[in-house]
Amino acid sequence: MNSFQSQHSPRRSGVTAIMLAALSVTAAFGAGSALAETPEEKGLAIAVEADKRDLGWVDSESELKMILTNRNGETSTRELRIKSLEVEDPTVGDKSLTIFDRPRDIEGTAFLSHTKITEPDDQWLYLPALKRVKRISSANKSGPFVGSEFAYEDLISQEVAKYTYKWLRDEACGDLQCFVVERFPVYENSGYTKQVVWIDQQEYRPMKTDFYDRKDSLLKTLVNTDYNQYLDQYWRAHTLQMDNHQTGKSTTLTFDGYKFRIGSSEGDFTSNRLKRAR
Amino acid sequence: MPAQPGDQGSQSGSSGSGHKTDSAPMNTSDDALALARSRARTGFDRKVINFAGWVLRWRWPVLIFCILFAVAAASGARHLSFTSDYRVFFGDDNPQLLTYEALQKTYTKDDNVSFVLKPDDGQVFSPTFLTALRDLTDASWQVPYSTRVDSITNFQHSFADGDDLTVQDLVGKNLELNPAEIANIRAVALDEPLLLHRVISSDAQTTSVNVTITLPQKSEHETAEVMSFVRDMAEKFRAENPNVTLVMTGVVPLNNAFSESSIRDIKTLIPYMCGILLLVMFALLRSLNGTITALVLIGLSALTALGFAGYMGIKLTPPSAVAPTVILTIAIADSIHLLVTMFREMRKGASKYAAIVESLRVNFGPVFLTSLTTVMGFLSLNFSDAPPFHDLGNISSIGVAAAWLYSILLLPAMIAVLPVRIKAGQGGSEKAAGMDMLAEFVISKRRPVLILMTLIVVGLGAMIPQIELNDQFVRYFDESLEFRSDTDFATEHLSGVYQVNWSLPAAESGGISDPEYLAKAEAFSNWLKGQNGVAHVQTLTDTFKRLNMNMHGDEPEWYRLPELRDLAAQYLLLFELSLPYGLDLNNQINVDKSAMRVIVTTDDISTNQLRTLERGATAWFDANFPAGKTEASSPFVMFAYISQRNIVGMLTGTVTAFILISLSLMFALRNFRLGVVSLVPNLVPIIMAFGIWSIFVGEVGLASSVVTATSLGIIVDATVHFLSKYQRGRRDRNEDAAGAVRYAFSTVGTALWVTSAILIAGFAVLSFSTFRINEDMGMLTAIAIAVALIADFLLLPTLLLTVDKGRKHSGEASIGTSQLATKPAE
Repeated sequence: MNSFQSQHSPRRSGVTAIMLAALSVTAAFGAGSALAETPEEKGLAIAVEADKRDLGWVDSESELKMILTNRNGETSTRELRIKSLEVEDPTVGDKSLTIFDRPRDIEGTAFLSHTKITEPDDQWLYLPALKRVKRISSANKSGPFVGSEFAYEDLISQEVAKYTYKWLRDEACGDLQCFVVERFPVYENSGYTKQVVWIDQQEYRPMKTDFYDRKDSLLKTLVNTDYNQYLDQYWRAHTLQMDNHQTGKSTTLTFDGYKFRIGSSEGDFTSNRLKRAR
Repeated sequence: MPAQPGDQGSQSGSSGSGHKTDSAPMNTSDDALALARSRARTGFDRKVINFAGWVLRWRWPVLIFCILFAVAAASGARHLSFTSDYRVFFGDDNPQLLTYEALQKTYTKDDNVSFVLKPDDGQVFSPTFLTALRDLTDASWQVPYSTRVDSITNFQHSFADGDDLTVQDLVGKNLELNPAEIANIRAVALDEPLLLHRVISSDAQTTSVNVTITLPQKSEHETAEVMSFVRDMAEKFRAENPNVTLVMTGVVPLNNAFSESSIRDIKTLIPYMCGILLLVMFALLRSLNGTITALVLIGLSALTALGFAGYMGIKLTPPSAVAPTVILTIAIADSIHLLVTMFREMRKGASKYAAIVESLRVNFGPVFLTSLTTVMGFLSLNFSDAPPFHDLGNISSIGVAAAWLYSILLLPAMIAVLPVRIKAGQGGSEKAAGMDMLAEFVISKRRPVLILMTLIVVGLGAMIPQIELNDQFVRYFDESLEFRSDTDFATEHLSGVYQVNWSLPAAESGGISDPEYLAKAEAFSNWLKGQNGVAHVQTLTDTFKRLNMNMHGDEPEWYRLPELRDLAAQYLLLFELSLPYGLDLNNQINVDKSAMRVIVTTDDISTNQLRTLERGATAWFDANFPAGKTEASSPFVMFAYISQRNIVGMLTGTVTAFILISLSLMFALRNFRLGVVSLVPNLVPIIMAFGIWSIFVGEVGLASSVVTATSLGIIVDATVHFLSKYQRGRRDRNEDAAGAVRYAFSTVGTALWVTSAILIAGFAVLSFSTFRINEDMGMLTAIAIAVALIADFLLLPTLLLTVDKGRKHSGEASIGTSQLATKPAE
C-alpha cells in the first residue's frame, strides 16, 4: 500500500480494461484534447492514465512520522513503517502491513490489511502485549487512523474502480497545471459523499484533495508535497498535510527511506506471519 | 429617574393675570416670558426661562430637528440582531469560560442537538421503533455542521468470536429485527454503562439521538439554520411516527431559545407597556394631544436608544431586549411631570405658552437631576461581568438621556404646535387629605414608627443570607418556550441536560494507558457515581474494561481494567482502528493520549448543589490523586459561578453609582447633613426588597447582581423630592421639623404615590418576560420601588424628626443658589 500517495496499482477489472483500451488514444493525446468526451469519460480517463503510470512498482517500504495537532496547537507524534505489495487480482486492492515503532507502548504492534474495492477490508492486528493476532471485523473504512485526521480509507490504495469520476475543469495548481476531478466512492459505508482531486497534467500526481462528508460539506483537505521520483517512474510525495476544516485539527505525515522491489512475497502479508513482522 | 408629577405646586398662583389660552403665539409667548421673568428669583430660573422662550420661538425648527435626529438615530436599528449563543453571558476573561474553551480545544466541541424519543407504548425495543430510530440516526448526519451522531442504533458494539473482534452498529443497517436480535439489542443496551441513563432510560421507554454540532461561527445564522433543519426533521418524524413523542434539547436549542425569548419579549412586553402607559396618561392628563405627545416622546426615546445600540454593534440578548420597556417606563415620568404641571397651570387660567414656560421653569432641575441619577445607575452596569448587562445599561442610559433631551425640546415645541384645550378654572388644588393624615400619624407616632421600621429593616436584612443563588439556565426560560418544555420532558423521562467535565491529566504522553492512572480514573468515576445528583458518568475506563473482556473471549471475569500499560495502549489502537467515521475517541481523549475526559450528566440539580459536587471533587483529588487535579468545566459550571462573579463585579459598580448619586444629591440639596440622612431611605429599600424576596421566593440568579445599581438610580428620586420639600419648609417657611414634614407630605405626597405606581406597574410588566432573569429583575425593582415609597413616607420623616429635633433654624444661607433640585418644590 503505497497508498499514502493515492497512487494506483494495476487494475484490470472488466470495466477498467475496456475503458483503458477505449481511452488509450485519448490518454495518449492528453486528456485535455478536444475529443467529444463527457466530463465523466474525461474524469475516468484521467484516473486510468494516472493508474497506468503507477503500474509495476511490485512492492515498497517506507518509514513515516505522523504529527497530530489539535485546535490548541498541541501535538503528538507517532512513528511507523509501511510495507506494501502490489496485487495482480483486479477485484481487490493492494496489501499493506503497518508496523508501529512509537510511542513505546504500541511498539511492535502490526496491522495487516487486504483492501477490497466494495466490501469491508480484511484486517488483522498483532498485539505484542497479548501475543495474539486478532482479526478485526468491521465495515468501517472512514474512521480515524490511530487518532489522526487520516481515515484508513484515505491511506489505502486509490484503485480506479473505487470511484466514479467526473472531470470538472483544468486550472493552475502552484507552478503546475492541474486537472480537477470529482470522484464518488462506490463503497456504501464510505464516510464521504465525494472528493475533489487536483492532478497535475504533467505527471498525473495528486496534488490536493478535498474531502466532503455525508452531508456534502467540506470536511478536510489533503495536500501532497515534496515529490520524489523512484525507479525513474514512480512519484511519491514525502509530505502529506491533512487539515480538518470542521474540527480545526490537522495531521502531517512525512515519509522517509522509500525502498522499492525489496523482494516481499504474498507470504509476508498473511496473518500467520504477522507475529513475526519486523 | 422619573420626575414627580405635580410636585410643584402652590406658589405660581398668578392665575388671575388674565391670559387667554388662545391668543396669538408671539404675543402670548412674549407675555408668558415677561410673566415668568417677573417670577424668576434666581439666575438659574432666568436661564431656564430664556431657554423656554428660545424653544417656543423656534418651535418648528426644534420639532423638525428632534424628529430628524430621532429618525437618523433610529435608522441604526437596522444593524440590530439577536444573539443566539449562551456564551455572550460571559466576559472574555471569565475563568470558567476560559477553562471550558481550553477543554473544547483539547477535545471536541460539544454543542449539540438531542432528539429525545418516547414511544407511546413504552417499547423502545420494538422492530418498528428501532427502524424509525435507525432512520432518524442516519438522517441526523445531514444536519448542517453535524460532526457526530450517537444513538443506540449506531452504538459501536464490540464482541469476540474466537480470535475475531467484531465492531459494528448495535442496530446495523441490514439487520433483520427478529425477536432474538431484539432481545440481544435490549440486553446489550441496558447493560452498557455508556448508554444506560444517558441514551436509554433504565425503564427502556425513552431514548435519544445526540447530534454533535460544530458551528464554524462565521455567520450569525448558523444556529437558526441548524434549528430550522432539525425542526423539519422532527416534524417529518412526528408525521411518520404519530405514536412517538419527540422533543429536542441541547446546546443549540438553548442558544436558539435566547433569541426566541428576546423576540417574544419585544413582541409582548412593549404592547403591554404601551397599553399601561396609555391608560395612565389618559387618566392623569385627560388630554388626547397631551397623551399623543407623551407617546411620541417615549417612543422616540426608545427608538433613539435602539438605533444607537445598532450603530454600536450591540447584539440583543434577553436582558438587553427589555431595555425599550425600561426606557418607556422611565421616560414616561419626565413627560407626565412636565405635562401635569402644564395642564394644571392652564386649568388655573394660564395661557398655553405661559404654562409651558412655567412647567419648564419648575421642572427643568428635577428632570435633569433624576435623569442624571438614573443614567448613573444604569451606566454602573458596565462593571458587571456579563456583557448583556453592559448592553442593558448602555441602551437604557441612552434612552433616558434621549428622553431628557426630548422632554425639554420636543415636548414643549410639540405642545406649542398642537391645539390643547384645557378648561380654565377647574381643579388646581386637589388636596391630599390622606397625605395629611399620614403626616399627622408619622409625627405623633414618631418613636414607635421608627422603632418598628428599624426592626422590619433589620429583620428583612437578616433574611438576605438565606437567599440561594441558582442559575439553572434551563429555568431561565419559562414553560411557554419550546426549549423549556422539551427539556423538562427530557429531564423527566431520560436524563438531565446539565453536564460537567473533568479532564484528568496523566503524567506523560500516552500516559492514559498507565494502569495506575486508569485505576485512579476509575476510582474517581466510582466516587462520582456515588454522589447526589449524578445521573451518569462517562469514562473511557468502561471501554477499556469491555475491550479487555472482548480480547479474552468475552469472559465476564475479564471485564476489568488491563493490568499492563502496553496492553491498554494496544487495545486502544485496536479499537480506534475499528471505529467508523465520526465516532472516534477525540471527544474523550486528547491527541497526545495524555489526558482523558470524564463527563458527568447530572439530575436536575441547582447550581448550589453543583458547586457542592465540584468542591467534593476537588477534595477527592487532593486526597486521592493530587497529580490528576483538574477543574470542572461546562456551560453549567460557567452559570454556577455567574451570579457570584457578577455580584463581585457589581459591588464596585454599585458603590461607585451610590457615591456619585449621593454626591449629586448633596450638591443639589446643598446640604451635607440632609445628604447623609438621604442615604438611609436610598439604601434601606434594597435591603428590604432582597429580604422580602428571601421570604417569598428564596432563590435568585443573575438578576440579583444588577438590581441594586439600577433601582438605586430610580428610588433615589422620591427621596430627592421629599427632602427638597422638607428643606423648603424648614428654610423658606421657617417651620420646625414637624411642620416641614407636614409641608412635604401635603405638597409632594400624592405625586410620589402616583409616580411610584407608574414605575411599579412598568417594572411589573417585566414579570411577563419569558426570561427568568428579566422577571426577577422586574419584580425585585418593583418591590424596591414600592418599599422605597414606604421608607420615604415612614422612615425618612421619622428619621428627620429625630435627627433634626431642636434645631429650629438649620437653614443655610444658600437660598439663592440651591436651586437645582429645590426649585420645583416651590
